[in-house]
Amino acid sequence: MTEMLLEIRDLCKHYPLGGPGLLRRRAVPVVRAVDRVSFDIAEGETLSLVGESGCGKTTLGKTIMRAHPATSGEMRYRRADGSIVDLGRLDGAALKAAHREIRMIFQDPNGSLNPRLSVRDIVGEPLRVRRIAQGAALEKRVAELLEKVGLRPEYLHRYPHAFSGGERQRIGIARALALDPRLVVADEAVSALDVSIQAQTLNLLSDLKSEFGLTFLFIAHDLSVVRHISDRVAVMYVGRMVELAKTEALFTRPRHPYTEALMSSVPIPDPRLRRARKRIRLAGEVASPINSPSGCAFHPRCPYATEICVRDVPQLRPTGGGLAACHHAETLELAGVSHIAEGAE
Amino acid sequence: MRQIPMREPDTLLEVRDLATHFFTDEGVVRAVDGASFDIPRGKTLCIVGESGSGKSVMARAVMGLTRAPGRVVGGSVLWCPDQDGQATDLATLHGNSRAYRAIRGPEIGMIFQEPMAALSPVHTIGTQLAESVRSRHAVSKRETRERGIEALARVGIPEPAARYDQYGFELSGGMRQRAMIAMALAAEPKLLIADEPTTALDVTTQAGILDLILDLQSETGMTVMFITHDLGVVAEIADSVAVMYLGRVVEHADVDTAFHAPAHPYTEALLRALPSIHAKTGERLAAIPGMVPHPFARPAGCAFHPRCHRFRPGLCETREPENVPVAPGHGARCLLLKPARKAAAE
Repeated sequence: MTEMLLEIRDLCKHYPLGGPGLLRRRAVPVVRAVDRVSFDIAEGETLSLVGESGCGKTTLGKTIMRAHPATSGEMRYRRADGSIVDLGRLDGAALKAAHREIRMIFQDPNGSLNPRLSVRDIVGEPLRVRRIAQGAALEKRVAELLEKVGLRPEYLHRYPHAFSGGERQRIGIARALALDPRLVVADEAVSALDVSIQAQTLNLLSDLKSEFGLTFLFIAHDLSVVRHISDRVAVMYVGRMVELAKTEALFTRPRHPYTEALMSSVPIPDPRLRRARKRIRLAGEVASPINSPSGCAFHPRCPYATEICVRDVPQLRPTGGGLAACHHAETLELAGVSHIAEGAE
Repeated sequence: MRQIPMREPDTLLEVRDLATHFFTDEGVVRAVDGASFDIPRGKTLCIVGESGSGKSVMARAVMGLTRAPGRVVGGSVLWCPDQDGQATDLATLHGNSRAYRAIRGPEIGMIFQEPMAALSPVHTIGTQLAESVRSRHAVSKRETRERGIEALARVGIPEPAARYDQYGFELSGGMRQRAMIAMALAAEPKLLIADEPTTALDVTTQAGILDLILDLQSETGMTVMFITHDLGVVAEIADSVAVMYLGRVVEHADVDTAFHAPAHPYTEALLRALPSIHAKTGERLAAIPGMVPHPFARPAGCAFHPRCHRFRPGLCETREPENVPVAPGHGARCLLLKPARKAAAE
């Protein structure tokens, strides 16, 4: 757990809204989808990225996967041989080699599997493309992978439509495992699944993690799932990281008002709690990443905002064992979820 | 319309043995296959189930909106709008009939998961609201507008007068859902059917919409039938719960009983499979083995038996379970249950 696997430093992904054009002189507005985000992932840990739609968590995952180039910043990755590479500056064969160790699981098991390919071709594709296995060897490897994710090896020649949603997600997981990855980026990997299947899939992921010593970057919005699976949690709001802490610390004593508001909004499956709970009603809506508010982007909705919040952008700084980007992080007494449970008794 | 006397005058909607089957080329899918439940006036019933449980198909059957190749093939939907105890069986009416249209909208309002699909892209919010207002009241253009703006204000939309003339796509997801609720409520319905209205929304937005529905309910006394897969949402808003599995209501109970003393193994297993926001990390979840069976391969006997942790060979796969009254207002379809003496005598 001591060695860093991935270090993200001041990562930005900005999208210009339309080109400058021939006659237009005005500055082009920019969507700051990911704005100066820094964090580390240690080998063998599960770090979750949480936040609401538009907070940039998916963009961040895609930037690490180099689905699009970063605007600026560094992504230092320590390879299996110990060498350190910047994922943002690699290309060609070097990028391909690094990405052999970093694989992705997607949210939508229907959209991410080619309906015209059999399971053998889907799961075996990374092996074939990299000329690692062919023919009978490839089939044997795919059958092994299917068994690992709890699917029958006989299903090799079936097509995605013959599987249920949960099974398709397992196919996606098998494909991600095909190249013996070290880091898995799971983007909302269980969000589309039913409760009973979600539990199976979460158990599978934690089994695979301990069997293969995997490191997870788990992108999710469901805080109960995040609490269950993560070692540490990073909370994002409008492209920026607002809090990063160990799971237990974050859920018992959040340091950022947005984290507190998020937690108080999660519906908890216990009817006794609804009367006891104090819910923070957030005013207004999530700010736009095109024209985000001055100072702290959360200030228009924050119940604790003061003058300084309107004026100065808070930096992420050490607070109570974790990191928080709030001017009042030290003085605020924010409630976590354990507070909610105590309130019921 | 034939009027049928209701057994219980406090019940607004009584559904008995409702069945919707889909007649496809591959065979008949029994999407809803004998679902029964009641909703008392002014209360909220949550219908929970995983995908394929038939919860949305059931809601559509109540609204008379079953789509081909589906057809309501049996059962009754007794609608009792007034406390005189006289009910109409909606299942006997044609979905497009004048009688149904006089009920759907003015009497039974609906909101859906995807407000963008339910809102017209070529009509303003106002035009659509006006339709709803006029379905209930014959009022002037000016008053329609005033009432429409008032409806938008009531659901917490800022600058309602400006929003009235905007289109659905100009609003954010949460605001669209609020606009849809405003449309459903402008007709002052007695029953609001909400089919996963917060599933596509972020948690903070969802919390606002749930609060709004609860506030409006206490203000107007409307009855709510809320369809969801999220047990957290159920715990927040339900008075009573009906759990569906493969087209049947396998358990119905008040909300506290459903969460703290469930009788059906499926309800019990669902609750245990949830990751808890209070629990420490690292434990394994109590997953339900297997998956919801394909509708063409419905297991014999109790449909849940292949996944059930209480499965008893020789019993569960041989007989179809009937509803067992466990306590007053609490019943479950499980062969292992013994009826409570008092409730059984009823």
